[in-house]
Amino acid sequence: MKELLINKLKEKFQDFIEEIIDYSNELTFVISKNKILDVCYFLKNNEDLKFDYLVDICGVDRFKKENRFEVVYNIWSEKLKYRIRLRVKVDEKDLQLDSVTSIWKSADWYERETYDMFGIVFLNHPDLRRIYMPEEFEYFPLRKDFPLIGIPDSLPLPRRN
Amino acid sequence: MGLESYLNGEGFFTTRVNDLLKWSRTNSLWPMPMATSCCGIELMSFAGPRFDVARFGSEVFRMSPRQSDLMIVAGTITYKMAKVVRKIYDQMPEPKWVIAMGACASSGGMFRSYSVVQGIDQFVPVDVFVSGCPPRPDSVIKALLDIQAKLKKEPISKYY
Repeated sequence: MKELLINKLKEKFQDFIEEIIDYSNELTFVISKNKILDVCYFLKNNEDLKFDYLVDICGVDRFKKENRFEVVYNIWSEKLKYRIRLRVKVDEKDLQLDSVTSIWKSADWYERETYDMFGIVFLNHPDLRRIYMPEEFEYFPLRKDFPLIGIPDSLPLPRRN
Repeated sequence: MGLESYLNGEGFFTTRVNDLLKWSRTNSLWPMPMATSCCGIELMSFAGPRFDVARFGSEVFRMSPRQSDLMIVAGTITYKMAKVVRKIYDQMPEPKWVIAMGACASSGGMFRSYSVVQGIDQFVPVDVFVSGCPPRPDSVIKALLDIQAKLKKEPISKYY
């Protein structure tokens, strides 16, 4: 299974796979940022792979100078009964990334969550708004430099009178 | 002789209007269950047959704020929910009272976090805080009795 996957992907995206991680019997591919849409399209539509279920998309803040953020795609193939992860490194200076909503519709809310919590902007997303925090909130709470207790007065409360 | 003979056997009693109104009010507090999390389960138990708040006249849980005069805030209140709680509080007719039930409503509890209000007294006036995570129904009954005691002390003219 692993060989099949690695070969299939390498055959097509040799130059865009930055790293292949095989940890605890689970495969993770680190993909170049500008190729994520093509890789996802291939994984979803290839007859032998058919990764048809997007389980989750989440963000990671590594808090480094370069490639501070990561976006992790957790996908499952009903045909192969196999789960892989895709990771994309996103730099703080260029927080834009292609949306995969055109491939998996369920990506809509996951990408909104990632945008809400980390401020990563998904291009061509149909409705990129905050999902948990109020619309007027200005910060991104899951970033490492955001204080746990929040920023005073950033969220308005009703007046007590 | 006089009034006594006149009213003999008719079953009268005399009192003051103030006391009568206070008595009826203290024993008919209608709660508005503002239950957002696990405290809500204890609140149901508080109203159920085992702890039976009907003994104190508060069994009529009203889902409409227009018909209730005691808001029991049971559970974690986030900043987003705070607006809703305040709106419901504003819709309740005067006079009204608030119980902050449990650690979350009183102080944010274990959620020392950017999204949770650290105590609902920041945006609604609270009469009684109940400790516990969640509090036992007995503690909520105690809080209700505290509200009743408070009511008995206040002159009725405060509200009219």
